Amino acid sequence: MALANIEKYLRLDKFPHIWCPGCGNGIVLQSVLRGLDKLQVDQNKVVVVSGIGCSSRSAGYVDFNTLHTAHGRPIPFATGVKLARPDLTVLVITGDGDLAAIGGNHFIHAARRNLDLTVVVINNSTYGMTSGQYSPLTPTGAFAATAPYGNIEPPFDLCRMAEAAGATYVARTTSFHVLQLPDFVVNAVRNKGFSLIEVITGCPVYYGRMNKLSDPVDMLKWQRQNAINPKQASMMSPEELKGKFVIGELHRHEAPEYTEEYDKLIQKVFQEKS
Amino acid sequence: MPRTIRPAQSGMLFMQGNEACAQAALDAGMRFFAGYPITPSTEIAEMLSERLPRLGGKFIQMEDEIASMGAILGAALAGKKSMTATSGPGFSLKQELIGLGCLCEIPCVIVNVQRSGPSTGLPTAPAQGDIMQARWGTHGDHPIVVLSPSSVSEMYELTVTAFNIAESLRNPVILLADEVVAHMREKIQIPESIKVKDRLKPDIAPEKYRPYAVEKGEFVPRLADFGDGYRFNVTSLMHDETGFPTNRSDVTGALLKRLMRKVESRRKEFTFVDSKDVEGSHLVLFGCGSTVRSIKQAAREAQAKGLRVGWMKTSTIWPFPDEIFQNLPKSVKTILVCEMNLGQLVHEVRRATPDKIRVDSVAIADGHFITPSDIMARIEVVYS
Ligand SMILES: Cc1ncc(C[n+]2csc(CCOP(=O)(O)OP(=O)(O)O)c2C)c(N)n1
Ligand code: SF4
Repeated sequence: MALANIEKYLRLDKFPHIWCPGCGNGIVLQSVLRGLDKLQVDQNKVVVVSGIGCSSRSAGYVDFNTLHTAHGRPIPFATGVKLARPDLTVLVITGDGDLAAIGGNHFIHAARRNLDLTVVVINNSTYGMTSGQYSPLTPTGAFAATAPYGNIEPPFDLCRMAEAAGATYVARTTSFHVLQLPDFVVNAVRNKGFSLIEVITGCPVYYGRMNKLSDPVDMLKWQRQNAINPKQASMMSPEELKGKFVIGELHRHEAPEYTEEYDKLIQKVFQEKS
Repeated sequence: MPRTIRPAQSGMLFMQGNEACAQAALDAGMRFFAGYPITPSTEIAEMLSERLPRLGGKFIQMEDEIASMGAILGAALAGKKSMTATSGPGFSLKQELIGLGCLCEIPCVIVNVQRSGPSTGLPTAPAQGDIMQARWGTHGDHPIVVLSPSSVSEMYELTVTAFNIAESLRNPVILLADEVVAHMREKIQIPESIKVKDRLKPDIAPEKYRPYAVEKGEFVPRLADFGDGYRFNVTSLMHDETGFPTNRSDVTGALLKRLMRKVESRRKEFTFVDSKDVEGSHLVLFGCGSTVRSIKQAAREAQAKGLRVGWMKTSTIWPFPDEIFQNLPKSVKTILVCEMNLGQLVHEVRRATPDKIRVDSVAIADGHFITPSDIMARIEVVYS
């Protein structure tokens, strides 16, 4: 069907993929590829780095230079690639557990450096790969394999976290509002600096089943019902905002980018030498 | 094929061990370093932060040692000779990704300047407690080469060698130094020219490239750089020759065997040992790293007292040089293994040595540098 434009970015011989029917990962990956297609990227010059998790299996299905690393560590690997070859476009595809739990420290530091990476985090509110334990993005009160009485921890707001840490482009959308995603990818890749795109999606098999959303359609409805735009959000009280998520391009600012600053440093040292 | 290059400085110099390591890395072509400060390795990072930008290379202080390890593996895949340097606590943190480097066959050099442990231990005290961790610290069977310098000159030579092995083997190599060789300053002779090896790149068309395939009779697959048109996949899962995950036991079994044979098949080339006065001796002292300095002195003192004592040392800890214990002269009755831990090398020596030779040990792990008198005291007890 409508895969025509993006088929060239897929390793079709690696299909069928490992994802469950109704999983949001494929929807997200497809839209990321649509964004890259709008940019007319040179596949030889794109590196996709991922961690470990269902979402992180994305790297193996796309025809770029791909690197499926260890749980929580895609950003350090991406940092090494980008510093070694600043001319390459480096994308990180990660999960909420991968990025915000085990990899949380790397995330805030790459944002602080404003290193030119585009990080797409597929937030399914759970650890899908290991069967539905709670993650730092599981909503308070939700059930998980390790929260049989309901989660008592509050979740992170990844977008505000990225902004506070120094990211220069921050956006959020959902797998229901996925038509927004290609343009967000275009803007994130064009942004010379650290870009975060959070995509709220569903793991119907574990998160859904444990939270009365086991029908993938219910998961999409839940996303539609709870997503609001920044303007709506600005008019709502903290009480009304509970359980809602703000979607759209949420933050942008200009700041020096790490590899460009590094090149300036090298130039300066060279001049001092000569 | 090795290239011959001129080191940045040569001739007789006076240097600190950590400085010699940093200098050697640059001479070997290292252009990417990521690290996190920790005594007694920090001088390496400090020196490289100053020198790398001058050569157009990159230094980055990461947020921790795990990140440093990830960054050097990423940079290595993008074509750079890469290195990190750390000590005990940081070495522990790096373990998971060292295993990734081994399975994914990513060349890099990890310097561990050992200090007294476990845990934060005695940060400025010498020790050799990481001998087993360097071999088995990461989970699962894996190939590894570990080198141990006993002088500032060896810090230089073995760092160059570590890069040559890492690049030609497509594997992480660990330089297991210790606080004494890292911090001491002494005379060092850097040659006019050194041999430097680079990784083998594919010479076939990108469509035909299989990043984990080897030619018949070879063990090391060729490695393309990210961004050079080869578009391959690297995964920390067990994979086939094309670099994609598989759980077929014939494929994963063959992969692991090839990885181990990569090191085994070149073991001779990686074995750096030395000895003196072993012929005709009754007792042979054995050790590695800075301990060798006290071993040599103790041998001289024992000989002055009329005892027939020789010594052997190894600069290659892993693969362990079994062969030097297997054909010892008939005169040898005892091997005395000297090390700054509660006994790690000694287990390997016992394993490799024929039963008729007694293996005894001087094992010191209280933070003091092993002295010739520590060794003499034991020689007097066990000499026969
Ligand atoms: C060091 C380490 N700890 C734990 C695991 C087990 N593990 C694999 S994936 C995963 C969680 C994945 O969650 P997330 O990143 O949210 O991805 P998802 O599967 O939900 O897409 C965990 C805990 C691991 N592989 N490595
Ligand atoms: S377990 Fe959940 S996240 Fe993983 S593939 Fe299945 S639906 Fe998707």
